[in-house]
Amino acid sequence: MTEATRKEGFWLGVRHGLPFLFLLIPFGTLFGVVATEAGLDVVETLAFSIVVIAGAAQFTAVALMQENAPVLIVLATSLAVNLRMAMYSAALTPHLGGARNWQKFLIAYFMVDQAFALSSVKYEQKPDWPLAEKVGYYFGVIIPVAPAWYLSTLAGALLGETIPEALALDFALPIVFLALIAPALRTAAHVAAALTSVVAALALAFVPFSLGLLIAAALAMIVGAQVELWQERRS
Amino acid sequence: MITWPAWQIWLIIVGLGAGSFLMRFSFLAFVGDRELPPWVLRHLRYTAVAVLPGLVAPAVLWPAATGGEPDPARLAAAVVTCVAGYFSRNVMVAVICGAGTLYGLMWLLG
Repeated sequence: MTEATRKEGFWLGVRHGLPFLFLLIPFGTLFGVVATEAGLDVVETLAFSIVVIAGAAQFTAVALMQENAPVLIVLATSLAVNLRMAMYSAALTPHLGGARNWQKFLIAYFMVDQAFALSSVKYEQKPDWPLAEKVGYYFGVIIPVAPAWYLSTLAGALLGETIPEALALDFALPIVFLALIAPALRTAAHVAAALTSVVAALALAFVPFSLGLLIAAALAMIVGAQVELWQERRS
Repeated sequence: MITWPAWQIWLIIVGLGAGSFLMRFSFLAFVGDRELPPWVLRHLRYTAVAVLPGLVAPAVLWPAATGGEPDPARLAAAVVTCVAGYFSRNVMVAVICGAGTLYGLMWLLG
């Protein structure tokens, strides 16, 4: 019985994960191209996607390495981008906290935006699903998503080594970041946080070691949270 | 251009991987079912939108490729990317519109 439900959840997850390939394959390819154009070799670029497996943080690290920021600042800023993963972990724990330890290891490693987005919605629709089916669904989503990320990164890295420098790829990174941010500006609080981040980062550009960006990010998070509170009180 | 020694690049890869894994593993493994306080969640919601705009702002206004001089093609591409992304809610549509603007203007303006 549990074997059967696990399989059902698994195949449902696979079906729901597949449409994300339209986004992930171009995005992974872009990371491969950008990272190799920035000076990383193919092995380093692929290792980023396998070891870190988080697009926005990988792009952030490459951008800061290009600016020659100190190692600690690169790590702190890229990890700040990934802080949302702690939120994912907290939100999934009521559903997946009962899984075996080796499963929790894999669940944690594969905790990407797509796996969280699909699973958290599904678990709320199906609170009665047995643990085996919930775990099956999660890994079902991962099955198309993770290999697509690795392979498209590799394809992009191989491609990037052959692309001439004159293509203005210095600007690929800013375009990718803006493209990531703009659809995420869902509320006034998100817009306020983004504007604070821009203004503070420009004003603090003189601060050494790219530390101004971390300060700007902290300010922007506080502004976002405060605007959200203020809007809740008003409604 | 990244001119770092290989060991430093690997330090970033391993450090970022380990840190990300710990954040993903944290609640599942150690904290369990206890809920995060609402004020923490409220701040975590804005992490990505707080870091990324500040990261790109200097590169948009003062691109290294033009020696830090504002460049009309790059500025226009940035604006188009934001507008396309905001209205389409689609990352790849925004990338394609932005890149199209950049190359179109670079070709037109020589």
